[in-house]
Amino acid sequence: MILKRTFLNLALGLGLASTLSTAALAADEIYIPMVSKGFQHQFWQAVKAGAEQAGKDYKVKVTFEGPESESMVDKQIDMFAAALAKKPSAIGFAALDSKASIPLLKKAQAAKIPVIAFDSGVDSDIPVTTTTTNNVAAAALAADKMAELIGKSGDVALVVHDQTSRTGIDRTEGFVNRIKSTYPNIKIVSVQYGGGDQLKSTEITKSILQANPNLKGIFGANEGSAIGALNGAREMKRKVVIIGYDSGKQQKAAILDGSMAGAITQNPVGIGYKTVEAAVKALKGEKLPKVIDTGFYYYDKSTINDPKIAAVLYD
Amino acid sequence: MTVSKLLQGIKTAAFSSNTRQKLLAFASLLGLLIFFSMASPSFMQTDNMVGILQATAVNGVLAIACTFVIITSGIDLSVGTLMTFCAVMAGVVLTYWGLPFYLGVAAAIFFGALSGFISGVLIAKLKIPPFIATLGMMLMLKGLSLVITHSKPIYFNDTPEFPLIAQDSLIGYFLPELPIPNAVLILFVVAVVSSLILNKTVLGTYTFALGSNEEAVRLSGVNVDRWKIIVYTLSGAICGIAGLLIASRLNSAQPALGQGYELDAIAAVVIGGTSLSGGAGTILGTIIGAFIMSVLTNGLRIMSVAQEWQTVVTGLIIIAAVYADILRKRKS
Repeated sequence: MILKRTFLNLALGLGLASTLSTAALAADEIYIPMVSKGFQHQFWQAVKAGAEQAGKDYKVKVTFEGPESESMVDKQIDMFAAALAKKPSAIGFAALDSKASIPLLKKAQAAKIPVIAFDSGVDSDIPVTTTTTNNVAAAALAADKMAELIGKSGDVALVVHDQTSRTGIDRTEGFVNRIKSTYPNIKIVSVQYGGGDQLKSTEITKSILQANPNLKGIFGANEGSAIGALNGAREMKRKVVIIGYDSGKQQKAAILDGSMAGAITQNPVGIGYKTVEAAVKALKGEKLPKVIDTGFYYYDKSTINDPKIAAVLYD
Repeated sequence: MTVSKLLQGIKTAAFSSNTRQKLLAFASLLGLLIFFSMASPSFMQTDNMVGILQATAVNGVLAIACTFVIITSGIDLSVGTLMTFCAVMAGVVLTYWGLPFYLGVAAAIFFGALSGFISGVLIAKLKIPPFIATLGMMLMLKGLSLVITHSKPIYFNDTPEFPLIAQDSLIGYFLPELPIPNAVLILFVVAVVSSLILNKTVLGTYTFALGSNEEAVRLSGVNVDRWKIIVYTLSGAICGIAGLLIASRLNSAQPALGQGYELDAIAAVVIGGTSLSGGAGTILGTIIGAFIMSVLTNGLRIMSVAQEWQTVVTGLIIIAAVYADILRKRKS
């Protein structure tokens, strides 16, 4: 009796699940699962939307999964393993920890399933290509805008999320090198790391402002760093030019009310779209470049509502 | 022994509440396996089955650790971050200090036991409720892991034998077509040893006794505090084994990982029929519970159910399993 009832419960739950799942795979349908770094953040939802759009355009089936937090390396590996078990045509992968994923990458390679790395990429030769933002070029654009806004001379500082991740390194280098090579009258007085944590970045900004009374501008290299720079300047009641990175509600509001000059945005929709597109091309045997740039934009008060820009911003 | 007596014995055994609960859980697991096999041809493949086994290992070991504590009617919220802390300590010994392999293994288990001991003292001697004591430990251990590693993973590149603990397959040497990773073997060894401790030793007897009626145990002159501390210490040491498994699988100690894993472990214990009010529970049930969780997760993934709905279904199954348990208790 109880057994029967449990089964009934199970059957109901699973019946629900199966009707909600997308239609069963046709034998010859191209299937591309994407294993992402996350799925509930707005950034990843935008990547997912792009991937699904490409799935529609190229008539391939796309699924999108990622762990609940970017610390769950083992859960991501389980997802990758399950994706491989479905014998996909190709697979999109944004590794949380490249080294930890190598055994599975090798398994994909052995099964001749092309791997397309996306976002920050995978530290390995196995992926056929990587679709990502050219962070060096994007940060260089931020440097150009900064120079323009402070009249090509004066002191500037950087608040960066960390000195070890690829994005942290690239964005710092991109900004610093452009200033050094092109703007001799601009001096970079400080590069500090706040882990992308808003509070920590706020404290860092305050100490930079304290130490540099003539500071004219701050570049915040990711969302948390940019908000930190904003908070720090506000708490110290200092007027400096702040350029941020990515979007998010607070950053967008700051750009609209003028407390932030502008920000670089990546194109998460483009990352998703181009990953699926690259997978389709790889399956057709087309040669792909090692890196596919998914593009970026600089936006400020005047362009924030431009449809092209608004489409890639998130709250 | 007369036949009727024998039959009576079998009847009691078959219908004793534990056995029935295990049967129920096992039937649910079987039902899930059958359902997913029919739903997708990719499910019942050696590769995928091995994947499920591997995905169960860490949660299974953590759930065993929780089972001891929950049977005493306690709770341990620190198992997930303790696992991480133990992985980090293995990393400190092997990678930071370059000491031999076996010392890294010993360090993980030692620090697990030490942390369990501290939780036990907080609960038994300082009378801090288990929920709060282990919540505090959970946060402290999480913080310590981040402090020690400067929030960066420790890789075991200098210890080539370390990834073998979980990833290599002893069974695969003998049966090449069945490459079941060692992590699964370790899970089963931990399960068998834990089951023996629970059912055949004084420690096991007191574990149950503490959960059914702590006051009665105390009044009969038993040093309740001491046994409670021992149970938490043992549970901590088992978390140390989980730490080794996850670090070996990822070939790194990931300091930010761990929070949230305690809930998966507790869910497995509860699905397996161990009562949160203590006094009853089995290791076999817990193992089945852990497998139900991972079969469900894997099966829904294989069916390409949208991730948001996977979470909904998992929640539903946990509630259904516990409700079945309540119905069973009401009848008996």
